[in-house]
Amino acid sequence: MDSSFVGHTLRGVSGTTTIVALDSVSVRVGATHILRDISLSVGQGEAVGVFGSNGAGKTTLLRMLATLIVPSAGSAHVFGSDLTSDDRYEIRPRIGYVGHVPGLYPELTLAENLGFVASARGIGRSEVDRCLSAVGLAGAADRRAEVCSHGMARRAEFAGVLMMEPDLLLLDEPHSALDGDAVDLVDAVVMRTMESGGAALLVSHDKDRVRRVVTDYHEISGGTLV
Amino acid sequence: MTSSFGTQVSAIARRDLLRERRAGEVLWVTLPFGAIALLLIPLAVGPDAPTLQAIGLGMFWVIVMLFGVLISIRQTNAETQPQRDAVALLGIDPAAVYLGRALASFSLLIVFEVVLAVVTVALYDVPLVGWIWMPLVMLLVGVGLSLLGTLAAGIVSTGRSATALVPLLVAPLSVPLLIAATQTFEALRLGRSSLMWALMMAATSLLLAVAGVLTARPLQETG
Repeated sequence: MDSSFVGHTLRGVSGTTTIVALDSVSVRVGATHILRDISLSVGQGEAVGVFGSNGAGKTTLLRMLATLIVPSAGSAHVFGSDLTSDDRYEIRPRIGYVGHVPGLYPELTLAENLGFVASARGIGRSEVDRCLSAVGLAGAADRRAEVCSHGMARRAEFAGVLMMEPDLLLLDEPHSALDGDAVDLVDAVVMRTMESGGAALLVSHDKDRVRRVVTDYHEISGGTLV
Repeated sequence: MTSSFGTQVSAIARRDLLRERRAGEVLWVTLPFGAIALLLIPLAVGPDAPTLQAIGLGMFWVIVMLFGVLISIRQTNAETQPQRDAVALLGIDPAAVYLGRALASFSLLIVFEVVLAVVTVALYDVPLVGWIWMPLVMLLVGVGLSLLGTLAAGIVSTGRSATALVPLLVAPLSVPLLIAATQTFEALRLGRSSLMWALMMAATSLLLAVAGVLTARPLQETG
């Protein structure tokens, strides 16, 4: 862990504790720069939107913050942990990541998918029913993920997020393929995370929907924030 | 909040077995193919009873090795990138993921071995000398193959070029298991001790378990 973050909080520009701190960060795959010179700060109680077209680098940015990709250059910290060091493994349980492709197991029911998350994380099984109800899927708990619509699968993933209560929410195209109620649900989950002292970063090409819930936003193009 | 290492292993194994129960790949695809392979060999070599008796046990172990590794690899490799990401972000110890997957594969391999053993006895009329040792040998081979297949699948998941390395890894490491399994019964037939062969299987499994646990994190992060 970076010594500057141990034992005290780092204050960001908004006067809140900084959860995400990126300074001139680049991500390179082979010879191709996917992200270049990204500087970004997300503080406690903040939700930041990053907008951009397909291939702009939004998903790579999110996956890097989720500790799934290691930055090639620059300084990148989440919860004070350096994303280039092994410390990043320790912060994973504090991160809730919902990608644009659901990570559910198609052969398992929604309840079994969440049950797996619950047992892996040491969460009581009663939470599975509670969270499925909270996202309006109580009646579909015994339905296999493979016969659920994309919207239902995303709701189920948000049920998983509710169950894990992460301090940092990373959402990739969070409103895509969702009906009005589900869009409100996503916004409610973001608001809840902010109110409980966490932070959220949402990447999307749909500015209008995301702007309603974020406290700040940036544009990304060609792997660079503009 | 994360659960204990044992609970994580158990959660991964339960998940894999539940997926297999729904998909039925081992039961409805691999198992019948293994049985068919055992059936085709007598057709190819002819109905000479002494020859079939002599090669029966060897054929059984060859089929178990080939299909057994496939069961483990397929079982572990049936994960998409978003599923792998989700598991990584759950904070599960990668060693627990490795051992949990191997445990699920082991359970399937034991069923596979038992069914094929019955088919072998029926088709090849194999003499039942030393068959009291069969459960122990099946257990040791099952442990070794599940650990080997799960490790190989972890390497496969790191990229397309890594797939080419898998036969190079699987072949030399499955040879000690194959030799030890067949020689255990050969030793019993000749009235010799088969302890050395059992120890060879146990040592191979231990080596694979250590290698799998030590490489679990790098393989997860590269995948």
